[in-house]
Amino acid sequence: MTVPGPSAAELARQHAAGTAPATRSVEQAFARAAEVNTGPSGLNAILWDDREAALGAAAKVADLARQGNQPGPLAGVPVVVKDNIATLTMPTTCGSRILEGYVSPFEATVVTRLRTAGAIIIGKTNMDEFAMGSSTENSAYGPTRNPLDPTRVPGGSSGGSAACVAAGIVRVALGSETGGSVRQPAAFCGIVGVKPTYGRVSRYGLVAFASSLDQVGVFGRSVEDAAIGLGAIAGRDRYDSTSADAAVDDYAATVSETLKGVVIGRPREYFPDSLDARIRERCDAAFDAFRQLGATVRDVSLPHTDLAIPTYYIIAPAEASSNLARFDGVRYGVRAKAATLREMYADTRSHGFGPEVTRRILLGTYVLSAGYYDAYYKKAQEVRALIADDFQKVFDTGVDVLVTPTAPTTAFPIGAKSDPYEMYLSDIFTATANLAGIPALSLPIGRVDGLPVGGQIMAPHFAEAALFRAAFALELALGEAAHR
Amino acid sequence: MGLVSVTEAEVRHVAALARLGLDAEQIPTIAAELNGILAHMESLSKVNTATLSAVTGVGTAGTPLRVDGGNQIPLARPREAFAPAMRDGFLIVPRLATHEDPESP
Repeated sequence: MTVPGPSAAELARQHAAGTAPATRSVEQAFARAAEVNTGPSGLNAILWDDREAALGAAAKVADLARQGNQPGPLAGVPVVVKDNIATLTMPTTCGSRILEGYVSPFEATVVTRLRTAGAIIIGKTNMDEFAMGSSTENSAYGPTRNPLDPTRVPGGSSGGSAACVAAGIVRVALGSETGGSVRQPAAFCGIVGVKPTYGRVSRYGLVAFASSLDQVGVFGRSVEDAAIGLGAIAGRDRYDSTSADAAVDDYAATVSETLKGVVIGRPREYFPDSLDARIRERCDAAFDAFRQLGATVRDVSLPHTDLAIPTYYIIAPAEASSNLARFDGVRYGVRAKAATLREMYADTRSHGFGPEVTRRILLGTYVLSAGYYDAYYKKAQEVRALIADDFQKVFDTGVDVLVTPTAPTTAFPIGAKSDPYEMYLSDIFTATANLAGIPALSLPIGRVDGLPVGGQIMAPHFAEAALFRAAFALELALGEAAHR
Repeated sequence: MGLVSVTEAEVRHVAALARLGLDAEQIPTIAAELNGILAHMESLSKVNTATLSAVTGVGTAGTPLRVDGGNQIPLARPREAFAPAMRDGFLIVPRLATHEDPESP
């Protein structure tokens, strides 16, 4: 698939200089969406769009540029936003029937910040219902298809946003991460995806799934696109008390052609004997590239890695069962007709939620219920502490970043995984970063049978600059080899 | 962990707690799925977490739990007594802060 067009930074420069009108870029994004067919009969990547508002916002950027004002680092750059992030003029349904028709009365801080940076929000993207899934097959609005092979999934849960970037509609998109929902679709679609440190980005207006794990993440066509996108949304927000008051580096300025002095950890638990030999080869080539850039590659161990999936699939459903209690037919979205209040709750929820969300609410309620709380939830919290400690110990030995495969497979065919736990294992290399709260990024490192393979870079808390520095250097070193 | 498997009665109990209405024919399937998933969680029981201290936030004191059940605690006073305002049986509260509001001092 050929993807035309300049980078997000170049687009913003053209719009600010007045050499290209922002309205034309927005028109081109809509034209590309029509060309690749992002509707239900095609990729099914965009659920809602607002052409009129987008063109109006683009015209304002053009006006600012004409008046000699700085319209921001994403001036006139079209972006799409996952459907669990609140916007004012388009619905926010989280890919669920229970929120059908719901339009938020307030806007997510990340959306406000994108607009302040000059970005133009052109649409809301398809996702696994309430972000529960690894393939974007669990949407109430039907599955999203991978632009590189429409018989395959784009990954998930932020599959719609990843598909829009991979299809060349936008250079930057927002997703959300709880266990790998940005990095895994980035890997499956051959683009860049970054999950920032827990607390790096405001979650005001992000519909909660598992509050101790959730973060807004950014997709980019390139490392630079993702760096500019994250830079625009990162930082303390008075509306989110869990957002950290930590300085935000200029991520796009971390470009480096050398990694001299950088120590890269290769955690052996992420390279088991069962790992696809071709994925291992792509990772080995990335390690060779890192060595040629001057970095030292060191074997390390994160001994509790194999416990991440059981831990994650206790904590995340437990928190989800609590967070999703608010969807009861009273406060949001649809309401079933019933004779009594309790029947109305039950009917609304059982008809409004799809099978995977229902399964996770039941699982979460079960592990929190009397008699099982200590054995499951308390134990999982303890093991989570051990997993986080593994990372801390390795970083304390002088390792700057860790490099692993992003996912154990490439994009699988739609409908291929019917067993819930088999699907959960798609997150095996990504859920650890969410459990530990550290930042992580996926970038393309080659292909297997024409399908993209993602390489994952993980860094200590708030060391996003280290992530981007390593990612910029690897992207430059691999060049076209990252896409073949 | 060595826990007993999830029974159909427990699925019905948990569904009631979660305010989910399940069709009778769904219950055996859901019980089997939950058992399939929970079997993978058994590996956690073999992990020694005894050395973890309270600083991890999962100390030995445990979390106070309420009884599983639906009975609501009766209010000592009627809602009208402490609500800022009422209309049609609903509490009226101030609107949420938004980005359009001026920054607080």
